[in-house]
Amino acid sequence: MRYLPHTPEDVAAMLKAVEIDSLEGLFAHIPKDCRRKDALKIPQPLTEWELNDHIDTLAGSMAVSPQYKVFMGAGSYEHYIPSAVSFLLSRSEFVTAYTPYQPELSQGTLQAIYEYQTLATRLLGMEVANASQYDGASSLAEAMLMAIRVSRQKTVAVSRAVHPSYRRVLETYFEPTDLNIRELPYLSDGTTDLSSIEDMGDLGAVALQSPNFLGCIENIEALKQKLQNKKALLVVCFSEPLAYGLYKNPGQCGADIACGEGQSLGIPRSFGGPALGMFASKMKYVRNMPGRLVGQTTDLDGKRGHVLTLATREQHIRREKATSNICTNHSLCALAAAMYMAALGGSGFKELARLNYDKSEYLKTALVNAGFKLPFSRATFNEFVIEFPAGFKKTYQRLLKKKIVAGLPLAGFYPELKNHYLLCVTETMTREDMDTLVKEVSS
Amino acid sequence: MKEPVGTTGLLFNEPLLWEKGKKGRSAFSLPRRDVEKHAVDEKLSGNGPDFPDLSEVDLVRHYIRLSQWNFSVDSGMYPLGSCTMKYNPKTNERQSAQPGFAQAHPLLPESLSQGVLKLMFELEQYLTEITGLDAATLQPAAGAHGELTGMLLFYVYLKSKGTPRSKILVPDTAHGTNPASASLCGYRSIPVKSNVRGVLSAQAVKELMDEDTAGIMVTNPNTLGLFEENIKAVSDIVHAKGGLVYCDGANMNAVMGIVNMGDLGVDVLHLNLHKTFSSPHGGGGPGAGPVCVGKHLEPFLPVPRVIKQKGKYILSEDFPESIGKVHAFYGNVGVMIRAYSYILSLGAEGLKKASQLAVLNAAYIKDNLKGTFHLPYNRPCMHECVFSDKFQEPYKVTTLDIVKRLMDYGFHPPTIYFPLVVPGAIMIEPTETESKEDIDLFIDALKAIAREARENPELLRAAPQKTKRRRLDETAAARKPCLRG
Repeated sequence: MRYLPHTPEDVAAMLKAVEIDSLEGLFAHIPKDCRRKDALKIPQPLTEWELNDHIDTLAGSMAVSPQYKVFMGAGSYEHYIPSAVSFLLSRSEFVTAYTPYQPELSQGTLQAIYEYQTLATRLLGMEVANASQYDGASSLAEAMLMAIRVSRQKTVAVSRAVHPSYRRVLETYFEPTDLNIRELPYLSDGTTDLSSIEDMGDLGAVALQSPNFLGCIENIEALKQKLQNKKALLVVCFSEPLAYGLYKNPGQCGADIACGEGQSLGIPRSFGGPALGMFASKMKYVRNMPGRLVGQTTDLDGKRGHVLTLATREQHIRREKATSNICTNHSLCALAAAMYMAALGGSGFKELARLNYDKSEYLKTALVNAGFKLPFSRATFNEFVIEFPAGFKKTYQRLLKKKIVAGLPLAGFYPELKNHYLLCVTETMTREDMDTLVKEVSS
Repeated sequence: MKEPVGTTGLLFNEPLLWEKGKKGRSAFSLPRRDVEKHAVDEKLSGNGPDFPDLSEVDLVRHYIRLSQWNFSVDSGMYPLGSCTMKYNPKTNERQSAQPGFAQAHPLLPESLSQGVLKLMFELEQYLTEITGLDAATLQPAAGAHGELTGMLLFYVYLKSKGTPRSKILVPDTAHGTNPASASLCGYRSIPVKSNVRGVLSAQAVKELMDEDTAGIMVTNPNTLGLFEENIKAVSDIVHAKGGLVYCDGANMNAVMGIVNMGDLGVDVLHLNLHKTFSSPHGGGGPGAGPVCVGKHLEPFLPVPRVIKQKGKYILSEDFPESIGKVHAFYGNVGVMIRAYSYILSLGAEGLKKASQLAVLNAAYIKDNLKGTFHLPYNRPCMHECVFSDKFQEPYKVTTLDIVKRLMDYGFHPPTIYFPLVVPGAIMIEPTETESKEDIDLFIDALKAIAREARENPELLRAAPQKTKRRRLDETAAARKPCLRG
């Protein structure tokens, strides 16, 4: 086996040194009734050639671009990843390093994550961002737990227009606690109904997603107003941070915590993971934050350097009293996001956001002109909902055969939204792709 | 001794991202605009982020220079105890980067994602076979996430039997994530002292286990590198009181094909694909923390689950007792592909051989260094061994000094000051992918450092000297946090 460097002579010499007669003998101290009797039932080892063939067959069965046109976002977006980003991200020194617990040997990772934290705060308009969480869903769950720690209340309110999977993960995290989740319905324009907030007692946090799952930009400032005299923290969640290249970011709208999914920022979709949980807040709450933080300091010679810091919040120091149990995070994904944000720059980020918006508006207008209904009037970014006529399911299936995925059917997530589809357009779709889609759904 | 691998070379200074670049530069090629501009609601629009504008050359040099300030498995031995820093095979990177996987949307219709679903289904089977348990979920994104999932399984299972209970037993050698994960599920951790042999005694568990205790979280082999030899008796005691046994599988690399965790009475176990199954750590993730369970806990696993129906793989939500979802989609698929490739590359024999050689390497280091450094538990070890700085105390040299000096010799330090039961712990896990020559160099380096501790302790206190930065002021970093530029 090419990863196992020991020759038979090495094994013999090492066994002799430890005074044991065989490899099996190394396990003689394990009680007999604890030792496995049968061999593992795992297939015979594959050569690299066989493995390549096997994987190519599996991967070849998947529907991906350019063969397929997938007009689907819903928390996982197709954006072009610059070659320089993929190349840099494959550097072994980043990929095969551990968590930077020994800063003298990890200044590369540490500076890169410090830069990620900085770019994340600039993108989200927040004062401090952590080194990453797992994904948008776990970020939201951790944000709500953090808001509860800060506010010392027992109830959180979450918009029904927050990503349905994120809400389900939140429910899972809350199940063994004595905390309550109240759901805020959405209005006919596609934004969240905030009318019940005033009457909610015991409220520790309110979470909106913007753009929300229906693609609509929420009125976060209105919520900020409503929370002025309340203990509740304002949590703004997101699944498409590119939108903040065009629209106001969570900080500008008054968010106390901003959390969500950063997959859009240079990370391949990979069937949903690994992605990037982004997490940011106001500085005054930093000691209640989950996850790792990189800080700037100096070395013995007074030179600038970076270290993991405020570790007394974390499980390896505080154990059961930690702000979270998170240890391994998504560092390499955060690095990808930093590289991506740096590759675009402020100017490129804004241009790309605008292009996503304009393309999405192009398709939206074309579908409306073709006679399809736009159920929610609120402004959107690169996703929107269309109500197709009853029986569209058949058309959808027909289009799959033509290698077009005409959005995400919403009925599975919102039973009241029968025949409603969530469509997404990014910079990867051409005008021709969109014209073809309009033609096909109309015929 | 041969020349140590550690040396100095030309490294580059590199400023922070926003200290370079110029407005108007770009490292990104925008696609040709083929649609008109559309009006934006001004009340909603913002200013966009204040990122520096860099050219592609600026970008590339920046990250290449940063990368050169890192130590990595691909550059040298990384013997971090309980972290299993084994070599990360390059074929795994090729496999997970296949466009069919990398570009796949997670909500594609199942008919268009059979390949990845088959891979996930088979990986679950392999992991249950390796652990000797009955079913698995791949959803948890990291080890601690797997622990949380495991504790949620404890909670719902015990609740279905009457009450979720309020306490959990956690040995004093446990990882910090164990009590933190349990506490998220409302369980109060009750510490269990390990005995003079460094393992759990059945008696200690018996004294603490009661009908308000959900069970025990064991790491086996434990963080002293010792096999929990009383595990069967411990499991029996816990089960007799209606509790469950959780195994933290962080150290599974010691026992693949050697121990069947199901036979030991383990009910729930998480694996770290980024440890045992060779996917890279990425400077702190992403990893993956699949959870394997016995038959009785299967109905509670997270949804959706990949099942096979009429020859097709589907994602089923039809498990009414499930704890729900723990990930927005299905977990870290990119990491699963690497682990799957690793398992298929090694096969049954290769996996067992990996564990055997991991243990051989650790035993060899232990025997070669036990005269040089204090070995608190002088017993047969598994895949890691734990020393302390006790012999160096007279020279006022600490574990920290020893391992910082090790950097100058070209090795990454072992895990230090953990497990907590050994003051000044130095926890060494070489893994199976280090050759005898490299391990001999490592042993020589530590012996040389022990000599230096006696003859020139200042050399250790001032270490490291050959790194990009010398020791960093962590106290100042925490006292006046500067967390962004």
